[in-house]
Amino acid sequence: MISNFIHLILILPLIGFLGSLLIPEKKENLMSGWSFGLVGFHALLLISLAFLWFFQQDRMADENIRDWVLYKTDKYEFFLDFCYDRVTAVYSIIGGILTFLITVYSRYYLHREKGYKRFFNTVWFFYLGYHWTVFSGNLETLFVGWEVLGISSFLLISFYRERYLPVKNAVRVFSTYRIGDVGLILAMWLMHHLWNENITFLKLKNLELVHDHISQHSLVGVVIALMILLSAYAKSAQFPFSSWLPRAMEGPTPSSAIFYGSLSVHFGVFLVLRTYPFFENQISVRIFMGIVGLATAFIATNIARVQSSVKSQIAYGSIAQIGLMFTEISLGWIDLALIHFAGNAFLRTYQLLVSPSVASYLIREQFYNFQPQPHNRIHWLPQKWMNSLYILSLKEWNLEVINFHLFWNPLKQGGRLFKFVRERHIWYVFTPILISGIGLLLYFQSHGMEHSTILSIAFALLGMIMVMRSFAEKNNIRLAWWMIAYNHAFIALAVSFNEHFTYKHNILYLSGLTIAAIIGNFIISKLKRNEPKIHLGYFQGHVYEYPKLALGFLIAGLALTGFPITPTFIGEDLIFSHIHEDQWLLAGIISISFILDGLSMIRIYSRVFLGPHDKNYHEVAFRSS
Amino acid sequence: MSHTESTHFHWEHTLHELKHYLPDQAPLKDFIHHNTLHGFQSNVFFNALQKATSIFGYRTLLPIAEFRNKYHDGKIQKEIILEVLQDQYPNQVDFWFEEMVSAPINEEINERIGDLRHQWMVQTGIDLDSIVQPMLFRILCSYLDQGISLWRFPEKDLSFLDALRKMEENSNASFFTIKSVRESFIKQEYTLTDLLRKLVGNETLFEHYLFDQQFAHQGWSGMVSNIENQPQSLLDGRKISLEDVIIFELYLELDTLTRKLGTDFKPLGRYSLPKLPALFDPCQSEHAQRVAELWQICFEKSFYSGVLSAVKSKISNTNRVKNASFQAVFCIDDRECSIRRYVEKNDPSAETWGTPGFFGVAFYYQPEGGKFKTKLCPAPVFPNHLIKAIGGNQIRKKDLHFNQQTHSLIPGFLITQTLGFWSAIKLFFQIFRPTMSPATSTSLQHMDQGSDLTIEFKGQFQDDLQIGFTINEMADRVEGLLKSMGFIDQFAPLVYLVSHGSSSVNNPHFSAYDCGACSGRPGSVNARVICHMANHPEVRSLLHQRGIDIPETTRFVGALHDTTRDEMVFYDEKLLDSYQTELHVKNKETFSKSLEDNALERSRRFVLLDSENKKSVVHQRVRNRSVSLFEPRPELNHATNSLCIIGSRSLTRGVFLDRRSFLNSYDPSIDPQGDLLFGIVKAAAPVCGGINLEYFFSRVDNQRLGAGSKLPHNVMGLIGVANGIDGDLRPGLPSQMIEVHDPLRLLMIIEQEPSIVLSVIQRASETYEWFKNEWIHLVVISPSSKEFYQFKNHTFEVLQWAEQPPVIVQHLQKIVTTEHDNLPVMLLES
Repeated sequence: MISNFIHLILILPLIGFLGSLLIPEKKENLMSGWSFGLVGFHALLLISLAFLWFFQQDRMADENIRDWVLYKTDKYEFFLDFCYDRVTAVYSIIGGILTFLITVYSRYYLHREKGYKRFFNTVWFFYLGYHWTVFSGNLETLFVGWEVLGISSFLLISFYRERYLPVKNAVRVFSTYRIGDVGLILAMWLMHHLWNENITFLKLKNLELVHDHISQHSLVGVVIALMILLSAYAKSAQFPFSSWLPRAMEGPTPSSAIFYGSLSVHFGVFLVLRTYPFFENQISVRIFMGIVGLATAFIATNIARVQSSVKSQIAYGSIAQIGLMFTEISLGWIDLALIHFAGNAFLRTYQLLVSPSVASYLIREQFYNFQPQPHNRIHWLPQKWMNSLYILSLKEWNLEVINFHLFWNPLKQGGRLFKFVRERHIWYVFTPILISGIGLLLYFQSHGMEHSTILSIAFALLGMIMVMRSFAEKNNIRLAWWMIAYNHAFIALAVSFNEHFTYKHNILYLSGLTIAAIIGNFIISKLKRNEPKIHLGYFQGHVYEYPKLALGFLIAGLALTGFPITPTFIGEDLIFSHIHEDQWLLAGIISISFILDGLSMIRIYSRVFLGPHDKNYHEVAFRSS
Repeated sequence: MSHTESTHFHWEHTLHELKHYLPDQAPLKDFIHHNTLHGFQSNVFFNALQKATSIFGYRTLLPIAEFRNKYHDGKIQKEIILEVLQDQYPNQVDFWFEEMVSAPINEEINERIGDLRHQWMVQTGIDLDSIVQPMLFRILCSYLDQGISLWRFPEKDLSFLDALRKMEENSNASFFTIKSVRESFIKQEYTLTDLLRKLVGNETLFEHYLFDQQFAHQGWSGMVSNIENQPQSLLDGRKISLEDVIIFELYLELDTLTRKLGTDFKPLGRYSLPKLPALFDPCQSEHAQRVAELWQICFEKSFYSGVLSAVKSKISNTNRVKNASFQAVFCIDDRECSIRRYVEKNDPSAETWGTPGFFGVAFYYQPEGGKFKTKLCPAPVFPNHLIKAIGGNQIRKKDLHFNQQTHSLIPGFLITQTLGFWSAIKLFFQIFRPTMSPATSTSLQHMDQGSDLTIEFKGQFQDDLQIGFTINEMADRVEGLLKSMGFIDQFAPLVYLVSHGSSSVNNPHFSAYDCGACSGRPGSVNARVICHMANHPEVRSLLHQRGIDIPETTRFVGALHDTTRDEMVFYDEKLLDSYQTELHVKNKETFSKSLEDNALERSRRFVLLDSENKKSVVHQRVRNRSVSLFEPRPELNHATNSLCIIGSRSLTRGVFLDRRSFLNSYDPSIDPQGDLLFGIVKAAAPVCGGINLEYFFSRVDNQRLGAGSKLPHNVMGLIGVANGIDGDLRPGLPSQMIEVHDPLRLLMIIEQEPSIVLSVIQRASETYEWFKNEWIHLVVISPSSKEFYQFKNHTFEVLQWAEQPPVIVQHLQKIVTTEHDNLPVMLLES
């Protein structure tokens, strides 16, 4: 009964999303009616499900539904799995209610806005990813939803795609999300080796089992926990990633309200709640989590205190509370964290929605209650320290700079080292290398030779260099594009040298992305014929004239980078199952490659299609907006 | 400026020029409409537009494609195009017609601003703006913040630069990254010119560089310049100047460039730069601009000719209503245009008048418990009087959601767990049953209906302001008001003075919706004050001596019309005697019927609202808009304004002007010298012209001259709005306010002899500029000859136009419930 119910609940958002794609641009009423009607119905289902689950015979028992096995070999199985427990109940109901309220709200709020349809499409896409993630029963399933959330975030932040800042910030936020994804990919890899299966969250609740395993592999346990935390911290804007959240407030206010005020930003908390049994006995990790939570709360509060714009103030206020939620979890207060999540989500949504009123409200308050000099400050702190704290907080504790220097500069600079690589090298150098690599592989196989870790790492490195080169390219789009595709080919080669990686695996992995690479190349050629001057130096906004090409390119790009719309997605997971648990280097190189793939693709897409249009025969916004 | 060696850098001159061209928009609470391109107003309109485009990259006319659509929709008539071309290019009519209607036109623009400073990017690859601007904006916003942040700027009482210096001196953290730059900033080592020498080197480029730099964030620079000029517009005052900001920005640039390029980096001027045109070199007329200009002329003529024909059909009848049942004086505001029509329809013996909504009384106002004073008169006037409110029972409700403590740690922890759930319920009700909440800004809040006002002078002063008016001053005000309207006899038993205000929620531009003649506030206090004066027996006896006889039975009643909700409140009703009360009750019915009609007419613009419902239902929905969080268009404000008619009501009574006209009552026969007219035009030209041109330019380039869509706006420091958190301030109007607006220059029609009008408009050069440079079109109707004259090339000439018989409508209600677009001017069947 409950499992049927859950299937219905998972299918509905997909129907909603696909349906919203079919509704014509001009039919505002149909679009909004479809959206709030269906989301409202869905929210009711979610509430009924919670009741059903609560009052069933086996009261509030955790549910697990093992679904489609998408791919299976003797020692590997990729299956979709869903579960229902109190965390799912709370997250799904709050997500349903808030999204319902926001769709009703946006019906009027977005009236006549260019992109009305796009807005609802994206909200549906988000809603789909939301429930997929919330209901997921294992990390692989969760990752599917996780990726959808990342892309829908990117699309909503860059909703005003014809302006500079929304696009810049969307790319910026997406890059932080990608860091989080590395954590998740590596955690999945290690989990797989730890349990020899794609373990379900429910099984993790079996304390003895978990305890046994972790005590045997205590280091692996700690690393997995830290990787999950990395992912959670990136998604929930915890230290040191906090500065992305205020920058995400670029879309229409209601979308900022549900995404960055309430739902999206609490996914880090969700991830940790989901995997909590895994942390339960790792006291050191819990202490770490508690401390980082408190540190974030402290830093974010101070930054919130100096914010003079209403949305950034709400963002930092919310980050501080999320920090406390992590601390609560570290103390084992799961229910408190859930209540805290719900309260924070509602409060911030409402605060963001009424944020434009702050002007008239506070000016009126000021008119009647103004006191000339309340230098609100910490009274016992000497002025010098107070000034320092103020300046430091105004500079957001340099988090933005740190993020940039720590993560992106090295990669960019690394990529620039290989500036000498040109487009022709793809055909004259890399293709022959690839072919000889395959030849060598065949030779190895036919002679029954052992696998070669050295070659494997060498090819993986070569692949990583390519994608770094792609990431740093400023001019040649085709080069940047093919470097991503070749990166995948070299990874496949590397893994084939590492372990027995069959043709079937290779086909599964490479089929989707080869087609995507060719389609992408076709779109680039077509665009180049009309716009010979396109490059990757800055945002050029060609979506203004070529909206269809832009959409096509985005889809091809997503397919190319392992987004769960082609078998490549399963292939990526499969590849990690062929990396041994002690091959940190190889796993590191490949996961960095995957992350950069996605980033480089989004960069190409944004630089070519988004931002202020290069041709200003129509209204074009200033770069400062 | 030109780049030859002979010119040198004159800082004062450059600063003056910068401030002249920067956007000049006051902080949010004082939003006042003005000509967005005020910097170019000394040029003839089309030349000014060409300059604004070539120099600053603003689009100043509609895209040609949009004009062509209007042509195909019949909104621009072919005959008019041919007539205009015949006039402008008699030998090339066919060629230009082709260019206008079908030839492909390249509308790309290549502005000069930003060229020079962009060379940093070209020569060194350093993107200065993306490094310097976010920090600069954040510091500026924190310094100017009026009450958002929990911690105020530590040294906010010092001037901007001194505050920053003092903080840098006494802190372990710094805004700078290079120690030597920081020290030189603290020690004030470099002057502005020194800094420019280090950064730019070549003195001839200094001005261009500063223009590039400041116009890269014209929102913030404009705000600073405005606050520097009018520090009183911040309640919590700050000492800031554009010069301070430029010096600080140059220091930040120095810091960045030193970090990236080393201590002795090469100034920009020493690189081999391409030849760049100087900013203010003469601008050539671009072909695309010329074509758009022709279209603009045709577009304007197409609309004006209908208006003139309609007015002409009314010209013969100049009689006033005999034995009026009541008289109502409204603001000249274009939003009052339709309610006047309905009042006259619902009570044909009622008479309406128009005058600027501060009713000729200028003063500061201080409500009970208010810590500040509010100016209630046109922005350029600085009154000497103060009116205080005493008593009343209005309670200001609070809303914890706006409390900044929700953002701090421990209170935030407790609040999220408690108030957080209350938010969900509140949100639910605000979405499904919107009601007035503390977040709403409503015109009724402005003044407590039950309070008393200190209107009569009792010998008291406060801050050099006289509290209340003397009898003589009162008589002057009332006389001035009545005479300027030509309303000096035939007083009905009740005369209403109807001020206006608006109500909205989630609207940072709330003050743009109130009365422009009251500095962006509702005019309720003014209405009460002038009524008190006009009812005063001693004032009446003085007026009697001055030739204005107000019968004892006549009573003036103040009122407030909420233009968003279409509701009216009346003040001091308890002072009416029983007979007056009886009449008043009857009149109130007329008003409430008219308000309902007016709401229905307005609803035709609100597409999501079905105008075919019952009137009362439509009215309720219109009211709901003013309190709905999700409604970005509570009302459409001045959108579609395009006319200003100064003359007797008989010219426009029974004409459907589609809420597009400012209407100022005026009687030419009592003003042979034009003194009264001078008073009217002196105010009407900048106020109506300012509103008109702000809508014009926000409409034609909503991205650069307007504020873009308001949906993503973020309130910065309570003084402005920006996109996101790192963006520049966005002056101008949001797209939701201007989308239905047709960018037409104001057509001012004055009923008076051309010779008198000519002398009147030439009396003050700042007024004359509006007409001389064609920022406002002027047509005069001679009361004696009934002839129409047009002001052109400094003189009046007889106006000929393709007269069309005006459309006569029988069922206006049917039209207003089915048509969504701008309608032509029509005559109502009487």
